[in-house]
Amino acid sequence: MGVFSNLPLPFLILSFLTILGALYVVTSKNPVHSVLALILTFFTISAHYVLLNAQFLAIVNLMVYAGAIMVLFLFVLMLLNLNKESEPIKSNLWGIAAAISAGLLLVVITAAFQTAGIAVMKSNAEGIGLVKNLGRVLMTEYLVPFELTGILFVSAMVGAVLLGKRDKNDIVKSEEI
Amino acid sequence: MNPIAIILLFPLLGFILNGVFGHKLPKLVSSSLGALMILLSFVTAISQWSQIAFDINGSISWEAYTFFNLDGLLFRASFALDRLSIWMTLIITGIGTLIHLYSMSYMDHDKNPAKFFSYLNFFVFNMLLLVLGSNFLMMFFGWEGVGLCSYLLIGFWYQNASFGAAARKAFVMNRIGDLGLLLGMFLIVKNFGSLEYNEVLPAIAEGSTSNVVITSIAILLFIGAMGKSAQIPLFTWLPDAMAGPTPVSALIHAATMVTAGIYLVVRCQAMYSLAPMAQELILWVGLATALLGALIGLRQNDIKKVLAYSTVSQLGFMFVALGVGAYTTALFHVTTHAFFKALLFLGAGSVIHGVQDRQDIATMGGLKKMMPITYITFLVGTLAISGFPLLSGFFSKDEILANVFHHNIIAYVVLVFAALLTATYMFRLLFLTFHGEFRGTDYKLSDVHESNWKMTLPLIILAILSVLGGALNLPHYLMHQEGFLASWLKPTFLIFEHAEHSDLATEIGLISVAVFVFLFGWFYSRNKYISKSESPESGSEGIAKVLANKFYIDEIYNKLIVRPIEFFGDVLFALFDTLLLYGITFSINPILRFTGRLNRKIQNGNIEYYLIYMVGAIALLLGLNLFFA
Amino acid sequence: MLSIFHSLEISHYIYLSTVLFSIGLFGVLFRRNAIILLMCIELMLNAVNLLLAAFTEYMGDMQANGQMFVFFIMVVAAAEAAVGLAIIVMVYRNTRKTDVSFLDQLKD
Repeated sequence: MGVFSNLPLPFLILSFLTILGALYVVTSKNPVHSVLALILTFFTISAHYVLLNAQFLAIVNLMVYAGAIMVLFLFVLMLLNLNKESEPIKSNLWGIAAAISAGLLLVVITAAFQTAGIAVMKSNAEGIGLVKNLGRVLMTEYLVPFELTGILFVSAMVGAVLLGKRDKNDIVKSEEI
Repeated sequence: MNPIAIILLFPLLGFILNGVFGHKLPKLVSSSLGALMILLSFVTAISQWSQIAFDINGSISWEAYTFFNLDGLLFRASFALDRLSIWMTLIITGIGTLIHLYSMSYMDHDKNPAKFFSYLNFFVFNMLLLVLGSNFLMMFFGWEGVGLCSYLLIGFWYQNASFGAAARKAFVMNRIGDLGLLLGMFLIVKNFGSLEYNEVLPAIAEGSTSNVVITSIAILLFIGAMGKSAQIPLFTWLPDAMAGPTPVSALIHAATMVTAGIYLVVRCQAMYSLAPMAQELILWVGLATALLGALIGLRQNDIKKVLAYSTVSQLGFMFVALGVGAYTTALFHVTTHAFFKALLFLGAGSVIHGVQDRQDIATMGGLKKMMPITYITFLVGTLAISGFPLLSGFFSKDEILANVFHHNIIAYVVLVFAALLTATYMFRLLFLTFHGEFRGTDYKLSDVHESNWKMTLPLIILAILSVLGGALNLPHYLMHQEGFLASWLKPTFLIFEHAEHSDLATEIGLISVAVFVFLFGWFYSRNKYISKSESPESGSEGIAKVLANKFYIDEIYNKLIVRPIEFFGDVLFALFDTLLLYGITFSINPILRFTGRLNRKIQNGNIEYYLIYMVGAIALLLGLNLFFA
Repeated sequence: MLSIFHSLEISHYIYLSTVLFSIGLFGVLFRRNAIILLMCIELMLNAVNLLLAAFTEYMGDMQANGQMFVFFIMVVAAAEAAVGLAIIVMVYRNTRKTDVSFLDQLKD
């Protein structure tokens, strides 16, 4: 395995699963399969969070992403009746163009990180990622952004409701259809 | 508040009120408003008279505003009410009031009298700006302003295309003159570093400036005066300007605006006194204009055209007076001319009104029974302009003739001939209009009616002024002292005006010539149009044809100036527009189309493509940052 | 952290999240279904979240600033998903399609 040989096995497995899930999300022809693969990816990312001493983040990730958001996606897919392999696939040319663009960015970002020269200062403090610590920081230093996110959420909710609401003309139109 | 500000404010107020709200007001209100504003201005000016009269150098000045300061060169809105400007102010507002009163009735049938009165008030405002300004800049403001108002009022009935053309012609002709005025002002700024009268003129009067500079400034300013005061070669606009309503012709194109050129020269008396070459030029231009206008006036059949050419001719007289250095006399003639020419124009307007908007004197005749007041006042005006002894025109014209006699005998002879023609064409006009048989074909004499009091009252007042106006500057031989106007204006002249006082024998000789001239004109016209009751000539052959066609001057201008310019324009159009510009634009077109067709593919509205571009661009920028950091 | 993980370096997480990010990007570019597009965007956001969490761990960040950012990103992502899905539903209702290739009204 070369460069990977001295890495811990759980990390390798998790990373492997993460990338595999991500690839399946992108390549699956069935949107529902994509959603399920994405949920898998989120689970593995949560596992990574645990490895990184971010326990609360792992739980939140599961609840918010894998739980709420992905269910929402799944729900919309079902609602729109897109749960079959109905999706038109782009031509190979598009695939090549997309791969080149994404690959280019990958190379550039990797190169950027390598030249960045990141100084590592590993902390030994335990409990950084626990809810006690996070809550304290959130309620002191990040109080204003925290309140602002509340406003953001409210406006997003209002926007979503407004967008999702049918007006009378629409109803007439869909009845005609 | 400064009295000058008040004098200026009233006409401006009238302009704004009538211009903005006029169309909502009843006709009577808007027209009385216009007349009232000028009257108030007149009253204010009169109230300031004593203040100026008591002090020999008295003048009221007003520094309203400084436009900008160019390294010490101030451009200021400054005004001064001195002896010369109050004289002009009284003429403008006094005659202006009468003409406004007259217009109230004359424009009664018009659709939009508010517009008319607003323009007329604006004209008075600009004219006052012209005479009250105490620097060349303000004078130029007013100068352009009256040009604009003249344009607007000549083209007042713009629905008629030829009236619009007349307005444009007046505007363009004036522009040519204005160019001279502007160049003159540039020279003044260059040489004296100021535009204020009280800085420039004393500097000139000091006598240290080179003669070339003074002469060139004087000639350039005179070119401006030529345009405004309708002198050869820029006079053709004035007869065409008769397209405007008759009160406009009376106020602007006879009494006030056209005398702006004379005012300019009188104002710059110090300059012209020191520029004999410019004076000589003025003399001969004025003389030629006086003669030409009188000759053409002999064979015109349009009642207003006759008066227009008469105005051209009389303006020539005034410039002759300026040319021989008789500034007071010129201003005296301006004053008397304002009285009797306004009277004649308003009388003509009354006639035009009476005969239902006809202007051709060939279809008139015998109107005196139907329009007695108009007839009598018109007769007074005719007598005054022809030089009937002891009327105003007699004194002023006689003074001009006397001054010219002492200066240049050839000019005197020519001018006497012009005066003789004046008497002839004026009596021709009078007799053809009011005497003899009625020649109308498409209307009846009984339809002719006298105008109402609003129109006849100004006529009567102006007739009285025309009779008594000579008293303003009685000649030396009558009083054995200077006339009133001469002593009044003396303090304003920086260089002593040398007045000629001839001995009694010469004076009697000159007067008898003048009387003879008057009598000849009267007898000739009477013999021809009353005794032989000839109808007006159509001018179909010989010299009469040339006269009736105004010496073909319009046609000559057309051929010599307008055509070449049009031809030049056509050549430019063919060369530059067609070949160069069209060539470039039409060859650019395919290139743009081609690149456009390429670029259109990029901007196809599909976000997928946009995303690719975006990612590519981010990668590119990051990469560049990486390799060139 | 358990001792077996001591051989892990920050660079490994950097590579992992860069790869995840690029996969998400590829999906955004490649797929035509608007819902999948949104999902790919979520994937990209998660790649960033992972990196932030890793930085918190490896940079000795006592305040857990990185994790705070993760929270905020989650919030924004949730809001974005809600609004984005609402828009997609709306578009679907009007055009009966969720295919972004047909949404080319931007050029007008």
